[in-house]
Amino acid sequence: MSQSVIAEPGYTAARERPPSNVAGPWAWARANLFGSWWSTAITLVLGYVILRVAISFIAWAVLHAVWSVPYNAQGVPDTSICLKMQGIGACWAVVADKYRLILFGRYPYAEQWRPALCVVLFISLYVVSAMRRFWRKELALIWVATLVVIGILMWGGVLGLPLVPEDEWGGLPITLILATFGLAFAFPLAILVALGRRSTTLPAVHLLCVLYVELIRGVPLVALLFMASVMFPLFLPEGVNFDNLLRVQIAIILFVAAYVAEVVRAGLQALPKGQAEAADAIGLTYWQKTGFIILPQALRMVIPPLVNTCIGFFKDTSLVLIVGMFDLLMMGKVALSDPPWQSFFNEVYIFLALIYIAFCYAMSRYSRGLERDLGRAQRR
Amino acid sequence: MSQAAEATPVIAPLADTHAPPAIVLDKVNKWYGTLHVLRDVSLTVAEQERVVVCGPSGSGKSTMIRCINRLETHQEGHIFVEGTELTDDLRALDTIRREVGMVFQSFNLFPHLTVLENCTLAPIWVRKMPRAEAEELAMSYLTRVKIPEQAKKYPGQLSGGQQQRVAIARALCMKPKIMLFDEPTSALDPEMIKEVLDTMIGLAESGMTMVCVTHEMGFARQVADRVVFMDRGEIVESGTPQRMFEDPQTDRLKLFLSQILRGH
Repeated sequence: MSQSVIAEPGYTAARERPPSNVAGPWAWARANLFGSWWSTAITLVLGYVILRVAISFIAWAVLHAVWSVPYNAQGVPDTSICLKMQGIGACWAVVADKYRLILFGRYPYAEQWRPALCVVLFISLYVVSAMRRFWRKELALIWVATLVVIGILMWGGVLGLPLVPEDEWGGLPITLILATFGLAFAFPLAILVALGRRSTTLPAVHLLCVLYVELIRGVPLVALLFMASVMFPLFLPEGVNFDNLLRVQIAIILFVAAYVAEVVRAGLQALPKGQAEAADAIGLTYWQKTGFIILPQALRMVIPPLVNTCIGFFKDTSLVLIVGMFDLLMMGKVALSDPPWQSFFNEVYIFLALIYIAFCYAMSRYSRGLERDLGRAQRR
Repeated sequence: MSQAAEATPVIAPLADTHAPPAIVLDKVNKWYGTLHVLRDVSLTVAEQERVVVCGPSGSGKSTMIRCINRLETHQEGHIFVEGTELTDDLRALDTIRREVGMVFQSFNLFPHLTVLENCTLAPIWVRKMPRAEAEELAMSYLTRVKIPEQAKKYPGQLSGGQQQRVAIARALCMKPKIMLFDEPTSALDPEMIKEVLDTMIGLAESGMTMVCVTHEMGFARQVADRVVFMDRGEIVESGTPQRMFEDPQTDRLKLFLSQILRGH
């Protein structure tokens, strides 16, 4: 057998390292960048372009940048230096002046430690949930507890915290709330819809799931948000109302679930039929079969498209600005409406982009690690 | 393992005909769309009987065996397993699947679970056995199929023959009264067929009721009480292995035997 061949002493020890022209950075560059006359030319041209762009960006963003501006007696910033440097150096003073507005919106200034703490709690929650050693039943409790604490912090009105109504919320906490609840509720819903769509024994459930997916996918998120925010209250009886944030949140959950359901269904479809048959044959019930055999394998297969959907959706939360909610992106626009800073949108949008990139890149990196760890055990 | 220690495999006499039959198929018919895949199949398997089903590919033998634990549904006729009829009633189906183990051509082990977890899953969740007891049971069966040392590995790390032996152990862990084998050696490399067949012979000697779809005629001769020959969805001929192989009655069986003997 193959194991015994590998175990033979000295069999693989004869040559431990390949020669330097086979591996290492120099060999890599020779093979990939300077392999032929053509690739050498392309490497040089592209290298020059990249270098030029990088140098001028660094000059703009760092070397010639304005980091702060003087304020007059009324507290109005004097942006004349920035205006003089426009096009030559970045005016990071706008970020220094507006970052609290962008991050926390119109939340009362003195109370902004509360949304700040909420952001920290959200991020800690993601980090803890990402670690496999915390994948236990207690994690659900941690989630519930954290979300309750976040709710108390944001609303206040108890424990001596002044009440802050939702229309004063804004910025990063809104984005994180929409994204976190959106995914947390959409994911189980999506699994049920995907399973329902695959059902052969319950035609009514199957039909319902197909209808749901096709209807929701056929409508732009913007339209769905409008319906939730503007149309839906018209159908409610007089005096019955629930708030805009909740309605928008539900619209987002329904929207994301339809997409995630299709991703999950792809995984279910890709699983060999023999797995379900073997589970049936040893007498597992439908839910045991689904929970122990089908889903663990199906979800593992669709981690890349699943993360793709999550990243796309995280950024889609910015569409809530059309129904008057002040998420992170909207707060950037609000910050730019201040007359002294109106022309410094590059700086503000770069700041916003960095925040979005930080979250999305973390998701992407994590999924790569997850794929590797989960795949390790079951190479065929 | 006292049976296995005996020098020559003992073929038990035909089981007591007064015992209730383990499996009864009564005029079973099945169609895939308009394709008639099982035609009036009737077969009775007695308690502790070992039946080998053979026939050319597409003859319906796999479909028939898969109807016995309802991985496939039949459209006409009746199937009784241990006295319970197979219908849409899910509770009856649960009972039957506890009593019937199955081994597949492509093993169908769960690749994301270790060998031990593959074996203990059903005892723990279906039989509600405590984990420690289930693991002990699994280890005893893994020892019986001669791979206890692989318990902590994942199926993908084992050879085909080892995987199929794990699949047999997994089925046995439910302590089934009946074992179904659906071409258990067809996906194996030649050098691994023997280890799986030896495991099956050991099982046969322990008195397990077995229905086995296979082309291994040596195995059929050695352990089968009865060989059933199927072709084009119907049972054409059946009898003791000796009679079937040495004195085939129908032209279809003669043709089939000449083809597989030429192949060997």
